[in-house]
Amino acid sequence: MSGTIAVGSSDVEPVAAPLAANRALSGPRVTGRVVVMTLYLLFLMLPIYWLVNMSLKTNMEITSGLTLWPRDLTFDNYIKIFTDESWYSGYINSLTYVLINTVLSISFALPAAYAFSRYRFLGDKHLFFWLLTNRMAPPAVFALPFFNLYSAIGLFDTPWAVALAHCLFNVPLAVWILEGFMSGVPREIDETAAIDGYSFPRFFVKIFMPLIASGVGVAAFFCFMFSWVELLLARTLTSVTAKPIAATMTRTVSASGMDWGLLAAAGVLTILPGALVIWFVRNYIAKGFALGRV
Amino acid sequence: MTKTLNNRAWFFVLPVFAIVAFSAILPLMTVVNYSVQDTFGNNQFFWNGIGWFQELLDPSSQLGEQFLSSLMRTLLFSAIILLIQVPLGIAVALSMPREGWPVALCLVLMALPLLIPWNVVGTIWQVFARGDIGLLGWTVNSLGIDYNYTGDPIDAWVTIIVMDVWHWTSLVALLCYAGLKSIPDAYYQAARIDGASRWAVFRTIQLPKMRRVLLIAVLLRFMDSFMIYTEPFVLTGGGPGNATTFLSIDLVKLALGQFDLGKAAAMSLVYNLIILAICWVFYTVMTNVDAERERVEA
Repeated sequence: MSGTIAVGSSDVEPVAAPLAANRALSGPRVTGRVVVMTLYLLFLMLPIYWLVNMSLKTNMEITSGLTLWPRDLTFDNYIKIFTDESWYSGYINSLTYVLINTVLSISFALPAAYAFSRYRFLGDKHLFFWLLTNRMAPPAVFALPFFNLYSAIGLFDTPWAVALAHCLFNVPLAVWILEGFMSGVPREIDETAAIDGYSFPRFFVKIFMPLIASGVGVAAFFCFMFSWVELLLARTLTSVTAKPIAATMTRTVSASGMDWGLLAAAGVLTILPGALVIWFVRNYIAKGFALGRV
Repeated sequence: MTKTLNNRAWFFVLPVFAIVAFSAILPLMTVVNYSVQDTFGNNQFFWNGIGWFQELLDPSSQLGEQFLSSLMRTLLFSAIILLIQVPLGIAVALSMPREGWPVALCLVLMALPLLIPWNVVGTIWQVFARGDIGLLGWTVNSLGIDYNYTGDPIDAWVTIIVMDVWHWTSLVALLCYAGLKSIPDAYYQAARIDGASRWAVFRTIQLPKMRRVLLIAVLLRFMDSFMIYTEPFVLTGGGPGNATTFLSIDLVKLALGQFDLGKAAAMSLVYNLIILAICWVFYTVMTNVDAERERVEA
């Protein structure tokens, strides 16, 4: 026993063939399981259905009474969003800072995660915990200081401000996930590559990266997700030119009352990018939520 | 797996250290700076020492009372959330289909609420729970139950809790599912040979195997429910009255609403320290679990 216990090193237990394991995953009886799952999914989908339903109605129909499906189907709300620049620019702004943030977080986190998974060094555990504490810091605490900081360096109201601010919680998260995946790759691979004469950068890109490709995908997915759903910092750090869609949505409260249909359509459109990226990582999603360490 | 000692690894960590320090330490210093000063606007600051902290931690002062009651509300909220979401998440994970396309379908549908921007989550429930145009509010009202989340504190709490269960239970379920998937087939075969009951399988095989992911789930759910801001802010705005004013809502009101920077900064620090302390306990437990497991495996 050495004192080098990895902070959350990944599991090395043999995993049975997926099919066999699946069949043996004994749970409650089949009917009971189906009922629980169906009820749960129904509970998840109903509010979303209601939003979609509302987005396809006219405001007249929404306020005049409850209808379970649109009687007077209209796509006007969507057309308005796609043709009005003040609306669709919100989507572009959001996607811009989310993408910048994802690229920044992953490229910074990769070498650090490698170091944490392979080496002991002075203060490694303290550093790891310190990184995690930033994932725990409430954005409400940082909203005002961030505003001051980014105003001072002239980044206020640019996508870069939001992207950098979101690094606060996304970089630690990416390090954590990637470290979990990297620890699952045996060290012997590093050593063999070195003996075979691979330089470190070449080894990292040509051999190591393909081995943890799913980990990178999952980490990118999580960075995308947490940057996409965060609003408090995004709203605080922007005013006009880089305003995220989530903040634009508050505009639907106008003098003439709420424009419910438009609000619902904008809401539906914010769900779509998420739904799209989930589809790509669906096979790794469970492992990803376990932060690569199951 | 033993790791080699190599202090040059710091070079790999340096970029991360720099970028996180830039986003964390500089703003934190600003907060510390504000917390010991008082301001009358116009960028004029006066030294106030530990005045704000004394006031904050003294429940007889107005600020202290406000802080204590928001803290209690937030703790109560986190406790309720954990009590509901952890058992429900485990139940859902155990009910996952075993193979084929239903697995992918369930995973995607379950993950969907997690990827909705938080203010949109608030908006969805704001609409869904309304008595006039929302399916939930309308149904509950037509069942003869008087339900109005903007007027009645209990209704507001129930709505926020149901919303959070809707939003985050899938996270717990997905984590538990990942834990369940890692159980080797042989364990179940052994249990079958022993004639173990369904409950025994859960108690002695599934639950211990899920311990680690459950810890992560509890840690994440505690952190996020304790920091919750956007969803209740959109849904109830902290009302009716102060019934759903959680710490973060209080904080943003103080800092960005009233521009009481000193008070807000002092509150931020105390708030942050509470989260830090609780998470440190979780983290220590988690690393100990890891250490124990490595010892067993070694």
